[in-house]
Amino acid sequence: MDMKRDYYEDIELFPGWVEKFWFFLLLVFLGAFPFISNNYLIYVANFMAINIIVALGLNILVGYTGQISLGHAGFFAIGAFATFTLMQKASFPFLLALPAAALISAIFGFLIALPALRLEGPYLAIATLGFGLTITQVIGMIDLFGGRTGLHAPELLIGPWELKTDLDLYFLLVPLTIGLIIIARNLTRTRVGRAFIAIRDAEIAAETMGVNLIFYKTLAFAISAFYTGLAGGLYAFVLRFIEPEIFGLYMSIVFLTMVVVGGLGSIFGSIAGAMLLSWLDLELRNILDIPYLGNWLKDLSREYFSITGVSNIQYIVFGGILVLIMLFEPHGIYGFWIRTKKYWKTWPF
Amino acid sequence: MTDFLLVLASGITAGSSYALMGLAMVIIYKTSGVVNFAQGEMGLISAYITFMMLDYYGFGYLATFFWAFVFALFLGALMEFAILRRAKDPSVLGLMIITIGLEMILLGLVSWKFGADPKDMPFPISPFESIELVENIYISVLEVLTIGVATAVMLILFLFFRFSKLGVAMKAVQQNPMAAKLMGISTNRVLMITWSISSFVGALAALLIAPANMGPFMMWDPLLKGFAAAVMGGMTSLGGAVVGAYIVGIIENFFGTFISIEFKSVVAFSIIVIMLCVKPSGLFGRHYVKKV
Repeated sequence: MDMKRDYYEDIELFPGWVEKFWFFLLLVFLGAFPFISNNYLIYVANFMAINIIVALGLNILVGYTGQISLGHAGFFAIGAFATFTLMQKASFPFLLALPAAALISAIFGFLIALPALRLEGPYLAIATLGFGLTITQVIGMIDLFGGRTGLHAPELLIGPWELKTDLDLYFLLVPLTIGLIIIARNLTRTRVGRAFIAIRDAEIAAETMGVNLIFYKTLAFAISAFYTGLAGGLYAFVLRFIEPEIFGLYMSIVFLTMVVVGGLGSIFGSIAGAMLLSWLDLELRNILDIPYLGNWLKDLSREYFSITGVSNIQYIVFGGILVLIMLFEPHGIYGFWIRTKKYWKTWPF
Repeated sequence: MTDFLLVLASGITAGSSYALMGLAMVIIYKTSGVVNFAQGEMGLISAYITFMMLDYYGFGYLATFFWAFVFALFLGALMEFAILRRAKDPSVLGLMIITIGLEMILLGLVSWKFGADPKDMPFPISPFESIELVENIYISVLEVLTIGVATAVMLILFLFFRFSKLGVAMKAVQQNPMAAKLMGISTNRVLMITWSISSFVGALAALLIAPANMGPFMMWDPLLKGFAAAVMGGMTSLGGAVVGAYIVGIIENFFGTFISIEFKSVVAFSIIVIMLCVKPSGLFGRHYVKKV
């Protein structure tokens, strides 16, 4: 029966054999995927994996702790530039440089959290927005980080294994992403995760119950920045070339969109949102190639808009998604999934 | 000494356009508690409508500006009526995310239609015309106009919130929506009018910025500086936002001239962060204790 007698049953990672079975099937699929698909799809999968890591990090902050951030592209940039710089200038091996970069990003997260302790809602959004914009400008001005011209990827070696193609990266990224998903999932069901949720739901109540606000808020920022920095370091290798302009405000907003679309405060939601939005992002880059819709848009652009600016439709699509989700389904894909599940479980009634 | 005055003058003019954006932001925040990230783009679209009417269809200046302002008022009302009011049990975070979405939609529309390249806005006053203020201190006519408009808007808004019935109603809606409703104020309508006014002020700012620098991203910088100004003033005080805007403008220009031009754009955010750390309620905001 579906009866639960214990709190720990409620938060189990795999509540039954059904989940274990599906998880096993997913692993098999992910293992077999590179051999049944083409190069482009592997690239898409890598892109999705990185965005999933960022979405997890951002969701821990926004969805679980209730602290908004519009500056995650900044942490992403720190991760990317720190990884490259550590490997090229300090000749760190990759396996050391990546965590070190993520740690640097986490330290920045900690520093941002210090003013954030006194801020909430709109103020925090503005402060993090400022951080995100400032950090890329600062990076662009320092020659160590390549200045305005950017940096090229160094050789990526893990022991004797040299990662050159997207396929190699796939085998690095997918296990890492699965590991990070499980860590995030575990985090949210520990004492720390429950403290985050308590802070989100009622800050004052949480404090009276003995949750140390200063500690947990800074921790949330640091963990979130760590995830994002890690993803940034990996993203740099997927792109093979980084420059400060990539990490603009638009990127921060796309990250936020992923979390909102997937569902605030849900790991499943982060994954779904990140995958959907990454796919949309790549798809919309050559929007005119989409069958039927592409031609129609071409005509529309020629008639009323301009054909040169057609790539900006992705701003409209993303903005529209953000508004519609907030208006009609504030819990995102996760909320929709829960509702559907409930509907079919209790169907005739 | 000349240098000093010159930098001061450019600081004041920069401050004036920040002040307009800051005011627009504060008006909405004061009444509805929403930080409007779409503010800049609402002004942007009004500026581009003006550009289109002047450049493509050849309307006269007077007619164009009139219709542009009508459009701005209408746009603000529409945003509130069609979108923000429809949000289901909105949280502050949710409303903020909606305005971010609106910002992207408007930005996308403008850059889809006009492309990313900068445009030359026809304007009755050339941005390169200048007058000699004191000996060797030149200031462009457009800058004089900006300062004048900003001052006028400040005065009008101040008088409006202090003495007019509608202005007082707006204050009431902010302080206690329920009580305001009981006193017979239609809070929805008041909010709609607030958005209209704010959109109008934002459009003024955009129109004054456009002749010198027009492109789809022209409003980002003023918007962020306007934020900085509003935060300095405590987000709810009109006077505070204006003072904050001039402080930001002047400090930024002095920093750019005498310390480091490269890090000029970083100054505003450092000011925000320091300000928020030292005195989160702003220069003029009243201290606010959260009640349970």
